[in-house]
Amino acid sequence: MHSSVGQVVIFALPAVVVAAFAILAIRDRRRAGPAAGPGFVATNGWPVAIFLIVAVGLWTVFMIVLPMLSMIDLSFRPRLPPPQWGSARDIYTLENYRYFLFGSTTSTASWNTTHLKAFGLTIWVSILITILDFVVCYPIAFYMAQVARPARLRLFMLMLIAPYWVNEILRAFAFRLLFASQGVINRALMGAGITDQPIDFIAADVALYSGLAYAYLLMMMFALYNAIETLDRNQIEAARDLGAPWWHIHLFIVLPHAKPGIASGATLVFMLTAGALAAPLVLGGPRTLWFTPIVYDRFYQAFNWQQGAAYALILLVACVVFVLLVLKIFKLRLGEIAK
Amino acid sequence: MTAAVQLDRVTVRFGDFTAVDGAKLDIAPGEFFSFLGPSGCGKTTLLRTISGFIEPSAGRVLIDGRDMRGIGPNVRPTALIFQNLALFPNMSVADNIAYGMRVRGVPRRKRAETVERLLDLIALPGQARKRIDELSGGQKQRVAIARALAVEPQVLLLDEPLSALDLKLRQHMRNELRAIQRRVGITFVYITHDQGEALAMSDRIAVMNRGVIEQVSDGRTLYNSPETAFVASFVGESNILAGKVASVDGAVASVDTPIGPLRGRNVRGLRPGSQALLFLRPELLVPSADGIAARVTDAAFEGTGTLLTLAAADGRPLTVLVSGAAARDIPPKGAEIRLAYKAEEALVLPPDAAGDA
Amino acid sequence: MTSRTIQKAMLGFYIALFFAYLFGPLVVMGATAFNTPAYPTFHPFEGFTLKWFANLANDRDIVYGLKNSVWIGILVVAVSVPVGLAGAILLTQVYSRAQSFYYLIVVSPVLTPGVIIGISTVVFWRHLTDITGLKFIYDGTVLTVLAQSSFISAYTMLIFLARLARFDRTLEEAALDLGASRTQVFFHVLIPFMMPAIGSAIVIAFLSSFENYNTTTFAILADKTLTTVLAGRIRVGTTPALSALAVAIVAVTVVGAVLFELFKRREQDIAARRAAAAARSEAAETAAVPAHA
Ligand SMILES: Nc1ncnc2c1ncn2[C@@H]1O[C@H](COP(=O)(O)OP(=O)(O)OP(=O)(O)O)[C@@H](O)[C@H]1O
Ligand SMILES: [Mg+2]
Repeated sequence: MHSSVGQVVIFALPAVVVAAFAILAIRDRRRAGPAAGPGFVATNGWPVAIFLIVAVGLWTVFMIVLPMLSMIDLSFRPRLPPPQWGSARDIYTLENYRYFLFGSTTSTASWNTTHLKAFGLTIWVSILITILDFVVCYPIAFYMAQVARPARLRLFMLMLIAPYWVNEILRAFAFRLLFASQGVINRALMGAGITDQPIDFIAADVALYSGLAYAYLLMMMFALYNAIETLDRNQIEAARDLGAPWWHIHLFIVLPHAKPGIASGATLVFMLTAGALAAPLVLGGPRTLWFTPIVYDRFYQAFNWQQGAAYALILLVACVVFVLLVLKIFKLRLGEIAK
Repeated sequence: MTAAVQLDRVTVRFGDFTAVDGAKLDIAPGEFFSFLGPSGCGKTTLLRTISGFIEPSAGRVLIDGRDMRGIGPNVRPTALIFQNLALFPNMSVADNIAYGMRVRGVPRRKRAETVERLLDLIALPGQARKRIDELSGGQKQRVAIARALAVEPQVLLLDEPLSALDLKLRQHMRNELRAIQRRVGITFVYITHDQGEALAMSDRIAVMNRGVIEQVSDGRTLYNSPETAFVASFVGESNILAGKVASVDGAVASVDTPIGPLRGRNVRGLRPGSQALLFLRPELLVPSADGIAARVTDAAFEGTGTLLTLAAADGRPLTVLVSGAAARDIPPKGAEIRLAYKAEEALVLPPDAAGDA
Repeated sequence: MTSRTIQKAMLGFYIALFFAYLFGPLVVMGATAFNTPAYPTFHPFEGFTLKWFANLANDRDIVYGLKNSVWIGILVVAVSVPVGLAGAILLTQVYSRAQSFYYLIVVSPVLTPGVIIGISTVVFWRHLTDITGLKFIYDGTVLTVLAQSSFISAYTMLIFLARLARFDRTLEEAALDLGASRTQVFFHVLIPFMMPAIGSAIVIAFLSSFENYNTTTFAILADKTLTTVLAGRIRVGTTPALSALAVAIVAVTVVGAVLFELFKRREQDIAARRAAAAARSEAAETAAVPAHA
């Protein structure tokens, strides 16, 4: 199928969806009669109604939906020099996805092991980091939400908010200073006589993984804190009075209550870790495997945007699958975690 | 004289649910008119229909003789005082009061004068610069009234404005509201589920039940001559006895009740054999030599009188309010006494269609 | 020792460890910025210096990137605050059957990795400018503003939704009943109510834009912002000048964030004082009312 078809579809799709809902809405209002209440323009007045429609229309259509559809569209196109875009050779193909799985047609290997391994590792490490961040944050979040006095809580909040706003490149940079071959840790180890050679933390990916675990810790912290904070302290007191052991209270009272917070923290941490670019660029060694730098290179090293779009889409699908899994496991709706 | 507010068979439906059903009445200019009814009976809905937030599904609302169909709340000559007051928290007291004039383009000087005058009226002089969240409940109440009066409405609509106040203040505000109404002389339409409030303040009262207006009359008539079983049971306390009409003798009917035949005024002209409810106000029953036999189970001294709780022959509880001379001689607990009343003061009414009462 | 005190001590130890972990790397980074050696290190501390900061001010790329970042941040605020507000208001009004679909669309940018937002924005606008010939849109600053606003608007929308949930609709009705037009209701009632959230949204939108890297690095094309300059430098090698820059950025953002937090506290305190005043007048009033028989 030629790509010009896709262009028409991309621009028509939002219009069709909006029109379909508009028709449904008008039909429903007709049926409801006077009980439907004042209409959209009547409730907002002309100026505000126009502002709402224009602002949200531009945002959703031109900044969210169309870019995403274009990226999807591009990912199914062959790599062509720009003059040939839209020409007869610009037809839809699965070539970019095939490449992700099987690599270059000229290579002898049967699978594209580098990219597949990088992808698998990225997802796997992101999941581990998500779990690790949860474990690290939970006691502190619980302490702040249920135990700490107001004065202490304010102090903790300020102490958390400060590092929260530190740029992620700078976090990565800080870890680089720690883990570099002449870095703080190596000097300390050598100074103490534990090793006489600097350890290459960067090549071993120790720097990258600790940097990633560090980078989005506070996302998890605030998500957990907000969820646990809404738990009525009396519930915990009551359980304690009934003689429930502490682990029982956490497992069967606090955690179920904090479910939406855990889910939203997990979703955010996973998404940010899997999509992290700064940390792998700064903390990655020459042979480090991480998926986002590969995507980046498709664009700015290989200048193969079509393939880059396909790789980006693969990453996006992984994130969507993760969100859906989390929702399924925790039995939640999207509205409950996106707060 | 054209009515200040005329409801012409107003019906409001939400989906299949009818919140107001064929309301039909006239409210005279300068009247203090109340709608009284239990929670959920459609009072707020009716008030919102008058103020224009809800379009009736059927029927018309006329204000000063003018049909209000299609006229939005912002151009109707009414002002509404909301159940929660809805004062603007971001504005000072003066700005709240002046708001209606501001959006009408009244010049600043004139606005200031009016605010000044209204602050005097509501007895809050010198509080103009205060913020809403610094005020007490009663002060907020007054500011809400001033804000509504500032737009010089023909009709002031009040939705349970006193319900948030504590008891003592509520009683005080009743008198004050009534005084303000007399002074400004406009029509007040007042909503409440508190019968004491309605009886104390209103010229006339409409009693509502399940979206239907059951009776419209002044408080005394409502209390002494309710026309339906609902009104009789909702307004004031009553001992209610169900039975069948045994015989009719002029204006008085005799009803066979579980505790024997009892007589009462046959308000609705029931025929012998029909189902009936007999209503006996506690203050109508007096201990005497003969009458209904009952045993005293409890006596509560209430200042102006003593409320006796008794068990009738079949064990059902009866209440009697003993006051005046009789209160000097309260029978002890366990005493078997008899209760008499004047037949023309008890009421015989048909049960409600829905079967409650 | 009782088990209770052991528990407490363990918790205290854990909290101390946690904050050490949180601040340790940042403190190390900060210290290197003031140490004299040309290689960033904090031990041994050979001498205190501010020369690395002076270097920064003379670095053209960095000054240029900083200006660009601030400019982009302002534009992002200008786009994402009104858009987020509109998005939040519309959510409460949108046709019931379209509601969950609409919600899915508007929160999706929050759950999409930043690199993908950057990529898709560039891809789309390159395509659109090819079709329409409007070349001026295909510009690093414009695309960065568009790409960042796509998800920052979702952040601000969530802030506004939280505030809107506490909005009392009867306030709008009251204004309407007093004769205001719908537009007046919007500006006199809704906007003042939303003001604290608008303040938060401005701060958060600006900070999110200023510190963003993942989306920006794609959308900025050949242009530069502070974060992309920084990333480029760090990849090449670490110098104390970078530490100095880091300290400067951290200082600015953290001071901003903390000031903002303190400001919010102050608002809360004012509200509490007002509530206390209300309670006092309440008490005075009840005392003054004559008792009724
Ligand atoms: N917008 C609406 N949609 C559907 N039902 C409604 C709506 N507004 C009110 N109702 C229903 O109409 C009935 C009457 O409501 P209304 O608010 O008028 O009662 P009310 O007499 O003012 O009660 P209260 O004393 O509790 O304020 C209630 O059962 C309520 O649930
Ligand atoms: Mg009501």
